[in-house]
Amino acid sequence: MSKSPSLQVSESPRSVPRTPRRLGDSTTRRLLSILIHFLLILGAIATAIPLLWMLSASFMPQGEATSFPPRLLPSRFTLEHYGDLFTRLSLGRAFLNSLFVALIATLASLLFNSMAGYAFAKLHFRGRASLFAFLLAALAIPAQVAMLPLFLLLKSLGLVNTYAGVLVPYVATIYGMFLVRQFMVSIPDDLLAAARVDGASELRIYWSVVLPVARPVLATLAIFTFMSAWNDFMWPLIILTDDDKYTMPVAVANLVGEHALDLELMMASAVLTVIPVLTLFFVLQKQYIAGMMAGSVKG
Amino acid sequence: MSSQARAAVALLFPALLMISVFYLLPVAGAVVLSVTDFDIYSIGDASNTRFVGAANYGALLESPLFWKALTNTLYFSLVAVPLTVLIALGAALLLNAKLARFKALFRTIYFAPVVTTIVAVAVVFRYVYHARVGLLNQLLDLIGIAPIDWLGDARWAMPALILLAVWRNFGYAAVIFLAGLQNVPDSLYEAARIDGAGPLRQFWHVTLPELTPTFVFVGVITGIGFLQIFAEPYVMTPDGGPLNATLTIVMLMYREGFRWWNMGYAAAVAFVLFALVMLATALQAFMRRAR
Repeated sequence: MSKSPSLQVSESPRSVPRTPRRLGDSTTRRLLSILIHFLLILGAIATAIPLLWMLSASFMPQGEATSFPPRLLPSRFTLEHYGDLFTRLSLGRAFLNSLFVALIATLASLLFNSMAGYAFAKLHFRGRASLFAFLLAALAIPAQVAMLPLFLLLKSLGLVNTYAGVLVPYVATIYGMFLVRQFMVSIPDDLLAAARVDGASELRIYWSVVLPVARPVLATLAIFTFMSAWNDFMWPLIILTDDDKYTMPVAVANLVGEHALDLELMMASAVLTVIPVLTLFFVLQKQYIAGMMAGSVKG
Repeated sequence: MSSQARAAVALLFPALLMISVFYLLPVAGAVVLSVTDFDIYSIGDASNTRFVGAANYGALLESPLFWKALTNTLYFSLVAVPLTVLIALGAALLLNAKLARFKALFRTIYFAPVVTTIVAVAVVFRYVYHARVGLLNQLLDLIGIAPIDWLGDARWAMPALILLAVWRNFGYAAVIFLAGLQNVPDSLYEAARIDGAGPLRQFWHVTLPELTPTFVFVGVITGIGFLQIFAEPYVMTPDGGPLNATLTIVMLMYREGFRWWNMGYAAAVAFVLFALVMLATALQAFMRRAR
């Protein structure tokens, strides 16, 4: 198991043997502290402004965000654009499509990747190491290479413009198996041996012993899968042809072609698209970042 | 077969079946596709497809549009990667500073763009970059800079995409750098201090060398992501932008394959992307071995 450094940004304990303070040292420290915080705040403003402007403009009456001089806050708070999106432009449908696709992808990915990840981590069978190495090597192939033949394959199976067709790339992934395996390798063998002595079958051990212990990595995998299925654009754009099946990114990209001049409306559609993933991140960022670190140590 | 091996087969079967049929098989199919003239007639009737050898690759090399897409993609990646890495390193150093407060809050803010939906932020930045009403030009106006038609001017469209890419990705690299910084053993700093090294020399002689693997990892991972850029130009500068200034490799593949159905030709484009990504991966392996 690769170590996942805790990201609790801790005060480092390295300031043990200090040379005695010189006069004026505290002034330097104060200046330095001001400089550091000035830069930190500047960075935070630059990072947050596009998102805050998106949110604020989505509540402005039509045309206000493009008025001169520019407004940063709405003169009058309105939800009319959100109303428009849900009624006239049926973006609610796309939102539900995205939610459905992301949730099914998450459930399927949890099941299939945890099964395979467990087999690679703990079960002994011939060819395990070379099979795993082969899959890891295949991980380096960019997904776009598979898209043209995959489209033709799904076309011959009648799966173009279906939810199943969108879901195909997310349900079992090499990265997901890798993530689960990295975690499960560190489960103590004694735990499994004890269950075997008690007469539990191998599948039973996977389900009742291993899965409960693996909850942290399953949480991470769930967040990753949900987010990548929610955010993905190219594959749904290729495989979906009817707007009643569109996921949010495809629907929004389509909308901006027709309503490019309607800034406030487009901002509202962007807000609806990012709200679920940003909320998920703010609530579960500890699991997200820990998983990111575990997954980023390759091999 | 032992009971463990039998269980392994059962547990591996669903995932490996899905990956074989819907990933490995298509990748192999792409190799075949790239040496055929598969086009819109083949979609109607596959018997219209002929083996053409390396003709698609030859046609690529003679297509100015392909070279435009390739140079655009390289321009984007080779500028965006160092910018992302440097800004991320700066952010990580600030977040790691002993004097800094509210670190968790700042880290969350910096990281937030990483999880946002690319299409949604591309829509937002389309307006940020708007020539007349965009936030950026209004900001520049305050300091007396004349408005720039960011997305409509062939010179500025790519820098605009680069700025968006840096904005969206530096938080990821910063968090990896932060972990790298916290993994530098304190004993190294102490030894340097005893030798009389000040903060700058400690940074130069301890921090930077210790961070080399992190630099390589972060640079290659963001670089591989940037080589695959698609959604940003698709949404912000439709149809390749002004004078095809933002036509990328993946956009070319999409356009040829899924708009004109020249799938044989598009598969050859896909393998150029594959080669670029392999090159980046090989670079990482090489740098790791060189240490």
